[in-house]
This record gives sequence, C-alpha cells and structure tokens, in this order.
Amino acid sequence: MKKKVLALTLGLTMALSLAACGGNTGSSTSGSGAASGSGADASTSGSGSSGDLITVGFAQVGHESDWRTASTQSAQDVFSEENGYQLSFIDCDNDSATQLEAVRGFIQQGVDYIIIDPIVSTGWDAVLTECEDAGIPVIVIDRTIDDSDKYVTWVGSDFKTEGLACGEWLKAYAEAKGITEINALVIEGSTGASATIGRTEGFKEVADREGWTILDSQNGDFTEAGGQEVMESYCQSYEGQFNVVICQNDNEAYGAMTAMDAAGVSYGVDGDVIIVSFDSNKPAVQHVLEGNMNATFECNPMAAPFVEEVIQQLEAGETPEKEIYMDESWFAAEDIVSSITVDGTEMPIIHVTQEVLDARPY
Amino acid sequence: MSKLKKLTQQQLFLPIFCMILVLCVNMIYDVSQGRDFYEFFKIGIQNELLSGRLVNILNRGSEVAILAIGMTLVVSSSAGTDISVGSVMALSAGVCCTLLAGAAAPQATELAVPLIVGVLAALVVGCVCGAFNGALVAYLNIQPMVATLILWTAARAIGLLVCNNLIVYVRNDAFAMFGGYIGPVPTPLIIAAVCIAVVTVVLKKSALGLYIQSVGINKKASRIAGLNSQKIIFLCYVLCGLCAGIAGVVASSRITSADTNNIGLNFELDAILAVALGGNSLAGGKFNLAGSIIGAYTIQAITTTMYNLGVSSAVNPVFKAVIVIVIVAVQAPPVKAFFKKLSAKRQAEKEVKGAVGV
Repeated sequence: MKKKVLALTLGLTMALSLAACGGNTGSSTSGSGAASGSGADASTSGSGSSGDLITVGFAQVGHESDWRTASTQSAQDVFSEENGYQLSFIDCDNDSATQLEAVRGFIQQGVDYIIIDPIVSTGWDAVLTECEDAGIPVIVIDRTIDDSDKYVTWVGSDFKTEGLACGEWLKAYAEAKGITEINALVIEGSTGASATIGRTEGFKEVADREGWTILDSQNGDFTEAGGQEVMESYCQSYEGQFNVVICQNDNEAYGAMTAMDAAGVSYGVDGDVIIVSFDSNKPAVQHVLEGNMNATFECNPMAAPFVEEVIQQLEAGETPEKEIYMDESWFAAEDIVSSITVDGTEMPIIHVTQEVLDARPY
Repeated sequence: MSKLKKLTQQQLFLPIFCMILVLCVNMIYDVSQGRDFYEFFKIGIQNELLSGRLVNILNRGSEVAILAIGMTLVVSSSAGTDISVGSVMALSAGVCCTLLAGAAAPQATELAVPLIVGVLAALVVGCVCGAFNGALVAYLNIQPMVATLILWTAARAIGLLVCNNLIVYVRNDAFAMFGGYIGPVPTPLIIAAVCIAVVTVVLKKSALGLYIQSVGINKKASRIAGLNSQKIIFLCYVLCGLCAGIAGVVASSRITSADTNNIGLNFELDAILAVALGGNSLAGGKFNLAGSIIGAYTIQAITTTMYNLGVSSAVNPVFKAVIVIVIVAVQAPPVKAFFKKLSAKRQAEKEVKGAVGV
C-alpha cells in the first residue's frame, strides 16, 4: 500500500513538473504564434528575399524600471511588421534560468537573429555554442557576457564616457560661472555594477587632471532611499564644504534633493550646490527644466535602432564591429556650455526646453 | 565595587555598553581628526529642523526599531523568527502607494483616496500577512522559518504585481509627512516612540507579556496551566505583521514612492540581529523589549558610524561584520563566564593576600 502511494505521488509530481515545463515552452511559442512558421520560411528561402519577414528573438531582462520599459518599447517599435520584422519577445523577469530557456526556445523556433540582454554575465558559453551550431547570429545589448565571445556584436553604453562627459561639462560650466574651487561629493551606484565603475572612473579622471577635491564617495545603491541617507550624512560631515554633488543615477538624485531640502542647502540653478545625475529619465529631465538639477547625462535605452543596423549589415553580408557604443545626449539647465570635447570628440550639450522634454520617449 | 557589579549584572548592561562602544569609535575618530570630541553627539537646529548624528540614528533606525518590537514577541513566543517582515514592508508600501496614486500611477502628485485609507490598507495588509504566518505556525505547527519563508518570497512578488513592476511615485506633501518632520522632530522617530510606548504599556499593564514568555518557555505546560498557547502565538505574528506594515508606510513615505524592489530589502536580518544584540535568546522564552530596541538603534549607529568615518562602500560590509562579531562575542555565555571566572580569581587572590598580610 505504502509503495503504491509513493509511486502515485512520484508519478503525479512528474506529470506536474512536465506540465509546468510544457506551459513554459507553450507560452514562449504562443507569444510569437505566426513567428515560428514564417521564421522557418525565412530561413529556408535565404536572406536574399525581401518579401519575407526577418524573425528576431529578444530575451529581455524584465521590466523593473522605466529605463527597461523604454528599452522594450524601442525594440517593439523598431522590429515591427511594417519594418519587415517579426519579433518574438520574452520578458525573463530577472530570472537567468528563464532567459537561457528563452534562448533555447528561439533556437528551436529557428529565428533568424537572437537579441540577448544578459541578466548575468557568465554561464553563456554552452547556449551560445548551440546558437552558433544552429547558424543563428546573436547580438548582445546593454549588459555584457564575459565567458564567451560567440556573439556577433555588443551594443551598449560607454559608462566611462558618461563619467568623462560629466567631468568635462562641469569643468566648462565652472569656468563659465567663475567657480575656481570644486569640492565634489559622489553618491555611487551599487558596488561592482559596471555603470558604477565606469562613471566613477570617468569622473575621477577629469577630477584628478583638474585638481578637484572629491570629498567623499559613498554607495547609494541606485535607490532613492540610499541617495537620501547618504546625502543626509554628507550634509553633516561636510556642512558648507561642498559645492558639487554627483549622483550616479536619477533616483539617487531625487533622494539627495529631499535630504538637502531638509538640511536647508540650496541646489540647482541659482543654488549653492551643483547637482547632476546619470540616466536622464523623464522626471529627471523635468527637474533639469525646472532648474532643480543642473545637468543630467543620458544612458540610452534605445538599443534597437543600432541592433537593426547590425542586422542590416549582416543581411548584406558585411561584418559589423564587435563593440558598438550608442549615441547618448547630455542635458543641461542653462544655455551656457554648448559643447564639450570628450576623448577628442566634440559633443553637444542640449539645453533643456519644454520641447526637448516633450520629445523624450521615456 | 559592589555597585559596579550590580550594574554589570543588569540585563540591559551589555546592550547599552555595546551601543556606547560603537559611539565611542566615532568620538575617538573625531578627536583624531582634530574635531571636538562631542562633534558626533552635537544636536542642533538646522533649517528649523533637528539635526545631528544622533538624530540621524534615531530617525533612520525607526523602521528596524518598529520591526524589532514585533520580532521580539515572535521570537519569544514561538522560538523562531519571522523572516518575511522585509517583504511584507514592501508589499504594504506597494499597496499604500498604489491606492494613493490611483489612476495617476506611476506618477502621482494628488492623492486619489484619502490618506488615511491608503495607510489603513497598508496596515491591514501587514496584519493579514501576519495572520497568515501566525496560522501556519500556531495552528499547523510549521517551523516558523519555513512558514515565513513563503511570504518572504511571495510578499515582495505580490508587491511588484500590485505596482505593475514599476516604482509608483506619490509626490504629495501630506503623504511625505510620515517620513518627514512634525515641527522640528522627525516623524519616524515619533511613530517608533508611540509604537514602543503602546506595546510596553500593553505588556506591562496586562498579563500578555507574561503569557508570551510562559508560552515561549514551555508551550505544553502553559496550555495545561490554562493558556491558549496557539492563540497567543498567532497574536504575536499578527502584531509582527502590523509592525511590518507600519515600517513599510514609513519607508515608502521617506522617498514618497513605493520602490518595491528595494524597500525593506534584508530588513528581516537587521530585525533579527536587533533582537539578538538586545541580549534576547533566539530560543524563545524570556524577552527584553528595551534590549531589542537598543539593538535596533545600535545597528543604525554602526551604519551612521560608517558614514562618519567615510569608510569606502566596498569595505563597508567587512567593517560592519567586525563590529557585529565583537558585540555578539562580548555577549556570548562562554566569554561572560570567562570574565566572571577572572574576577572571581582576582577576588580570591586578594583574599589570600589579605590573609597573608594579617
């Protein structure tokens, strides 16, 4: 009797887990119902025929922030049927196992191209080898893959350039305003994140060159609460000693502003303290427009147009570059500095107006 | 001598001693930096608001202090910990902000429903989560850590669902009050003080405190003695959930938004640590609420100390760990026994010397 119960339980468990797996693959194929059919057509008829749709599989990280939502939206806009694409989109909800399965699902569907925004940077070699064997080119966007080079190209942001741009803008702005001494406080992002490392490095390079003082640099974890707590502490440790606050993302800047409000420190345009942020989400650009923040440096989520360019190159039989950095814009509240030079390239500084704000997609 | 001995034998002596130890680190650092020794302890009025490191500690430590109240009761009654409090905080914050934002989510400046509705909803959500945990532990006899593990994962996920995986901003001054200031005093500090006062009065004035301890010491014996052990354990979990709900409202009001991914992240560990630092046994039974509260503020004092010392963010956790090890080690029974033995030996030597002298 006992054995029978055990067998029954085991059998049920197995059936359930199978059903769960089935459900998973089912959802990924149903999400692109027509895609699998036409995908097979496209791959058999070859890339030369222009009448067929190009099928693209996109394994997105999740939808945890406005930035991520904009990234997804960008892909859905670019890879539309009007543009000659069929997009299979899978939201992996920040689960790396789901993402690996999603990519395998794409291979089974026989899509023409796979786009991955890797949730983790390692553990990719096996599945990328499968892609290679199936002859499907992989394009990596935003985050990086460290343990495999079996992808065609990577499209993303150059965080160090963002940091450098911030430094160069500050230099030009201070000169124009007649500020001779810079005492900066930095609110860093999460320790070890590539954005934190790049932005810190870039800004520090300019600061060291110009002989600025970086009073302190603490971790705000990319959150509003973190930015608030760190800034509250800064306001006591360095009361009246600082005139620049660098926040490594928008949310930290919102928190820093609340903390400075409480401490009675004036900031922004006409304030005692220059405050800048990275990412440039719409609310941050709004703050810049209102003069609460002096500048914000974009981290572009719209990778899809660049990916499309890569796909077109591949279709034409060309070899795209291994690393592609996206164009990013820098926004300032005042029309004082019109352009800066970063690494020998001249870049414009956009003066934020209502039109600029309205034109922001995210 | 005997007075000192009496003092050191007080139950609250060690938690307070550890807190002072942490604060002394700052004093020594400030002096070495050529600042006044009282720099860290200075409380002033800045921009018509109370300011100073001590105020920061009391203000920022409020959430953990509130959580520590509930956690102490749970630990005492069921000899287990509620590891879902951080996630429940996130869920109640998410519910509160989503309700307040209404149709304008995720970017609202006007309240869609009266403030009290949003806050009450958050507290109710906290209580419901607590009741769920309590039912599993008290009536189904599931191990507390396993039972609360369910909401540890689920509550934050439900919170994300409620907020549609976005940060819901409620940039409204009335809502910001809970995390802001009433007059010159930080509101979280007042909320924490009220919670502590209410629970203390209830525990002292009614027999509830005694009941909880007796259930924690021996559940069966208490039942035979006529106590409804299951009901008491259930009640403790509901209270713990309520505390998590309050802490969630405070945390989201501070940033006038529900950042469900980050609110209350790892707070359950801080709350458990607070109970332990307060000299309470995690095996349940006798408890000391004041100790837990001091423990909670000690944890915040460590964080604030890190900011004061300007420890770089990369090595910050290591520093914190070292301080916690020292604090826990000082309170460990073998260490206590060692010091007791040492002093007894000295006493004996003295007596021998005295005898020889005569």
